[in-house]
Amino acid sequence: MADRGEFDVVYAARLARLHLTAEEAELFQRQLDDVLQYAAQLQKVDVSSVAETYEEVVPVAALRKDEAKAGLSAEAALANAPRQARNLFLVPRVLE
Amino acid sequence: MSDLAAFGVAELQKKLRAREISPPEILRAVNDRIERLDDDLGAYLSRDFETALAEAETADVNLPLGGIPIAIKDLINVSGQPCTAGSRILQGYRAPYDATVIARLRGVGAIPFGRLNMDEFAMGSSGENSSVRATRNPWARDRVPGGSSSGAAAAVAAGTAIAALGSDTGGSIRQPAAMCGVVGVKPSYGRVSRYGLTAFSSSLDQIGPLTKTVTDAALLLEVIAGHDAKDSTSVKAPVPHFTASLARGLRGLRLGLPREYVSDGIDPAVRRAFDEAVACLTTLGAEIVEVSLPHTEQSISVYYLIATAEASANLARFDGIRYGRQTKEISEIANFYERTRSEGFGTEVKRRIILGTYVLSAGYYDAYYRRAQKVRELIRRDFTDAFAQVDALISPTTPTPAFRLGEKVSDPLQMYLADIFTNAANLAGICGLSLPCGFSEERLPLGLQILAPALAEELLLQIGFAYEQATAWHEMRPALTS
Repeated sequence: MADRGEFDVVYAARLARLHLTAEEAELFQRQLDDVLQYAAQLQKVDVSSVAETYEEVVPVAALRKDEAKAGLSAEAALANAPRQARNLFLVPRVLE
Repeated sequence: MSDLAAFGVAELQKKLRAREISPPEILRAVNDRIERLDDDLGAYLSRDFETALAEAETADVNLPLGGIPIAIKDLINVSGQPCTAGSRILQGYRAPYDATVIARLRGVGAIPFGRLNMDEFAMGSSGENSSVRATRNPWARDRVPGGSSSGAAAAVAAGTAIAALGSDTGGSIRQPAAMCGVVGVKPSYGRVSRYGLTAFSSSLDQIGPLTKTVTDAALLLEVIAGHDAKDSTSVKAPVPHFTASLARGLRGLRLGLPREYVSDGIDPAVRRAFDEAVACLTTLGAEIVEVSLPHTEQSISVYYLIATAEASANLARFDGIRYGRQTKEISEIANFYERTRSEGFGTEVKRRIILGTYVLSAGYYDAYYRRAQKVRELIRRDFTDAFAQVDALISPTTPTPAFRLGEKVSDPLQMYLADIFTNAANLAGICGLSLPCGFSEERLPLGLQILAPALAEELLLQIGFAYEQATAWHEMRPALTS
């Protein structure tokens, strides 16, 4: 696991919805191979004392009362939309 | 009158309350100085002088920060103003609301003025990842100012800002503060609301001040800190009156010197300045104790796996539909997203999204992301163990002075290593401060970092203030002409 050479930049870019030029793909493949090879040092760390569950860095109060409050108006929410019509965001066709 | 811009917050407060000067005079002085110097420095991306002037004309100088203009890193939302995060993908975006920190600044009479340059989406350690232009270091134009709060540090150092708000995910306030010779504070995780901060890595990001003095940092922090119901990670804890406890001194305090932070790889000038700072702190009555942070070597790896994973999720929202730049080529939807994002994001952002996507993907999650989270917990325990022995930790902020523009852009791993002393604090959720502690032979500023336990900003500022009072580094300003 996590060996050098497994990382496939084109696959990861597709998952991230990014299109890479051939030059970018070649460059990122090499640079991120280096980063991942550096990060392979973590495989050598003894983590047996750490529980599987995530431990909070600082205890925070994540729960609050569920109260209705005014939010952004539709007009304000749409103000930055590149394309909009009839109080809706316009999106590319999804269904044929 | 333009000299007014060189003053800090506390000095201007006094002058305002004595009616020696008025808020519009300060704003004009700042604006004039930006006009004279910023073409060269590139610290600002935009500013709205007319709006700020209208606010200055009605400012109440009896309020805590009444009439003081504060420059804002371009990833904190100020209603009606641009908020590009230094990215092409947010060109043309106007913030529909104020971030909580902005609402709080306004509540005490401060005036948000000017949008500061930065590495795109706060991803960078040099300012060179801005999609607009690289900011130059006011002390040496061929050097980087540090990053990602590049414009904030450069503007405060150059006196083109009275003070600024930046953000720190792995050192993005402290590292540029050190490289530009100003004070920067990364508050504890949860201390300052992130509502209205453009998210990079949600478990690491914090907003904090960049200022000319420790007193100014305390003044800003006591305004922006505190619980906010709009941020579910905001801590419910009282905010001390930071300025009231600054002068408590160092007597009886134990300061830890992490042995892993002062080993090889440190520039000799950084080492010399740090040794002198340690001697000064001892003279002031602090006891210096060597401590160990055994997982220091792993912190960069942990940081880049976790920060990129979170970034890949946070930046998924930039789809060109609801806000931001959209590709002109409206095609089938997957292609539309790919085009929008590939045209809008810069190189480093793409690189990090790809890395983050990979470490979260099926088959690799356990090997990278989960493993990094576990080592993160070990890093957190390192600090808990250290703080059982000492009150706070001290180290150089950066391993080298400001490097040359272009020096590290082609080697991301080398660039990432510039954050070796700063990013563990974000992983552990503790607070940190950088303040000026000397100069290299080329007259580049150097920073002393102080780290304190979560929610111990009062102690952090107290130590910083004692050191600042005993030294004159914070009075040094770069020679700027236009």
